[in-house]
Amino acid sequence: MTDTAHAAGPVRRLAGILHRRPRLQLSLLLSAPLAWLVLAYLGSLTVLFLSAFWTTDAFTSNVVKVWNTDNFTALFTTDVYRQVALRSVGVALAVTVLCVLIAFPIAFYTARIAQPRWRPLLVVAILTPLWASYLVKAYAWRLILAQGGLLDWLLGPLGIKGPGYGLTATVLVLTYLWLPYMVLPIHAGLEQLPANLLDASADLGARTGRTFRAVVLPMVLPSVAAGSVFTFSLSLGDYIAVQIVGGKTQLIGNLIYSNITLDLPLAAALGTVPVVIIVLYLLAVRRTGALSSL
Amino acid sequence: MEGMAIRLQNLRKTFGRTEAVAGVELEIADGEFFSMLGPSGSGKTTVLRMIAGFEAPTSGTVELAGSDVTRLAPFERDVHTVFQDYALFPHMTVEQNVAYGLKVRKVPKPERLKQAREALASVRLADFGTRRPSQLSGGQRQRVALARALVGRPKVLLLDEPLGALDLKLREQMQVELKAIQREVGITFVFVTHDQEEALTMSDRIAVFNQGRVEQVGTPAQIYERPATPFVAGFVGTSNLLTDDAAEQVVGDRATYSIRPEKIRVLKESALADEPRHSRATGTVAEVVYLGDATRFLVDLDAGGRLTALQQNLETSSEDVAAFRGSRVTLQWHQRHNFRVPGTR
Repeated sequence: MTDTAHAAGPVRRLAGILHRRPRLQLSLLLSAPLAWLVLAYLGSLTVLFLSAFWTTDAFTSNVVKVWNTDNFTALFTTDVYRQVALRSVGVALAVTVLCVLIAFPIAFYTARIAQPRWRPLLVVAILTPLWASYLVKAYAWRLILAQGGLLDWLLGPLGIKGPGYGLTATVLVLTYLWLPYMVLPIHAGLEQLPANLLDASADLGARTGRTFRAVVLPMVLPSVAAGSVFTFSLSLGDYIAVQIVGGKTQLIGNLIYSNITLDLPLAAALGTVPVVIIVLYLLAVRRTGALSSL
Repeated sequence: MEGMAIRLQNLRKTFGRTEAVAGVELEIADGEFFSMLGPSGSGKTTVLRMIAGFEAPTSGTVELAGSDVTRLAPFERDVHTVFQDYALFPHMTVEQNVAYGLKVRKVPKPERLKQAREALASVRLADFGTRRPSQLSGGQRQRVALARALVGRPKVLLLDEPLGALDLKLREQMQVELKAIQREVGITFVFVTHDQEEALTMSDRIAVFNQGRVEQVGTPAQIYERPATPFVAGFVGTSNLLTDDAAEQVVGDRATYSIRPEKIRVLKESALADEPRHSRATGTVAEVVYLGDATRFLVDLDAGGRLTALQQNLETSSEDVAAFRGSRVTLQWHQRHNFRVPGTR
C-alpha cells in the first residue's frame, strides 16, 4: 500500500502538477468547450452578421463581396418584411402564452396532486412526445386539421368547423410541439415549492386563490420564464411546421429559408432579426431572475 | 365550556395503515402555555396540524373557543402557526411577510404597515423590515415567523418545534423571550417539542405523547416528580428506575420505582450516618461524568441495576471526581423521593 502511494508514475505526477496549479487545470478543462463555443457558435454568428452586408448579383445569384447596408435598409423599409417579423413575434408570443396556460394545470397535477410514486412516470409521459419525430407529429396534425379531417369531424356535431390550414393552425401545432418544454420547468418549480409555504399562507387567512396569486405564482414565475425561453425561441425559429399546416402563412423562418439559395446576404440580414429579438427577450427574462436558477 | 381555548375529543388520524394519533383527549385553557412533549413520531405534530386545520382528523372533533372547527379550512380558524422551519415567503421582504395576514384580511395599508412595524419592534427586528428572509440568521428568521404569527392577534398560537434549528445559547435566550411574549400578549400558546427541558422550563402544563396517545397531562412539577407511566418516568428527566429484585432489596417493595438523580447523595461506603426514613444502596462507581457545574455518577448496585446520581460540584474539582471511578460507594436518599411508577408491579 505504502509503495503505491510513493511510486510516482507519470499519470500520478501529472495529477500532482495539476492539483498544485488550479488555473492550469481549469484552462485545460475549459479549452475544448470554449473553442467550440467561440469557433463554431460565435464564429458562425459573426459570419452571418458580416455576410448580411454583402450583396448578390441579381442576374447570376452569386454573392458579391461588396460592403453596403442595402439588405438592412430593405429590411426596415419593406412592408412585407416588417409584417412577417411582427407576425412571427406574435406567433411566438401566442404559443408561449398558450403553453403557459396549458402547462400550469398539468404541472400542478404532476408536481403536487398526483401520488408521489406516480410522478416520475407522469414526467416520462409528458416527455414521450419528444421522442417522436418532429415531422411525424407535424404531418399528423396536417391530417387532423385537414378539411373533413379529424377535427372537423369532432367539431361537426357542435356546428363548428376546424380552423383549417393557416395562422391558427400554426399556433396550435407549435403549442403542441413545444408544450413539454414548458411543462418540465414549471413541474420542477412547483415540486420545489415548499408545502409549508402553502400551509403558512392558508394559516394566515388566505383562501386558495389568494395563495395561488400571492405565493405560488411569484415563486414559480422564474420557472415559467425559463420555459418561455424555449417555447418563444423555438417558435420564432420554426419554418417547417408552418410549411406543413400554415397554408400561405409566412413566418420569418420561411423568408430566411427561401432566400438562402436566392439571396444569401438578404437571408443573413433576415437571420439577424430573430437573433436580436431573442437577445432582447433573454434580457427581459433575466430581470425575472429565471436565468440565475437555470 | 367557558375559558377553554381548545378542546380535542377522541381525536384520531391514520395515514394508510399507521395510526399517527390514536384517540387524543385534551383541554387547553385560555391564556395557557401548553406544551406537547414526546419523541419524534409520537403524534404531537399531527395533533398540532389538526388544530391548525392542515390535516383533517380521521375521527373525533376539534373545538376552538367552544365551537366545532373540525371541518373548517385553516383560513377559517382563528389560529396562527409558527412553523418548524419558519416557512417565511422568500419572495417577500420581512415587512411584507409580517403584514401578509393583515393584507389578506384587507386591513388598510397604513394601518397594516404600522402593526407590522410594531410587531417587528416587539421581536427586536425593527430595522430589518426591508430585508429578505434569506438575508437573516436563523434566530432572526425565527423571530420574524413569530412576529408574523402574532401580528393578527390570534386566539391561539401554535408553535411546531420553533426552536429546534437554533443553537443552544440562542435557544435558551428564545425560551425566555417566548415566555415573556406569551405573558405579555396573553394568547394561548400550544408548543410542540421533543426537548423535555424546554417543555419543563416554559410550560404551564405539559402533555406527554407516546405512540399517538397522551400518557400524562400535568404541570412540569407533576410530570417530573410524579410520572404517571413508566414511559413518562423514562422520557422526562434521566431514566433512573429500580425494578424487581433491586426494588425489593432497596425499597422493600417489588415494583418499579423512579428516583431522580439529583435527590441521591453519594457517600463513602464506610459512611454509617444511618439517617431515619432514608433508602440506602451500596455499589461500585462504573462511570463518572464531569459536567462542569455538577458531576454525574453511574453506580452499579450490589442489589442489581444501575442508578445515576447527580452531585453539585460544591467543593470538588474534575480531578477529585475522576478518582471515584471504580470505588465503592453508598447511595442515600430520602424515602419520599421513592416514586412508585403507576401501572407497574
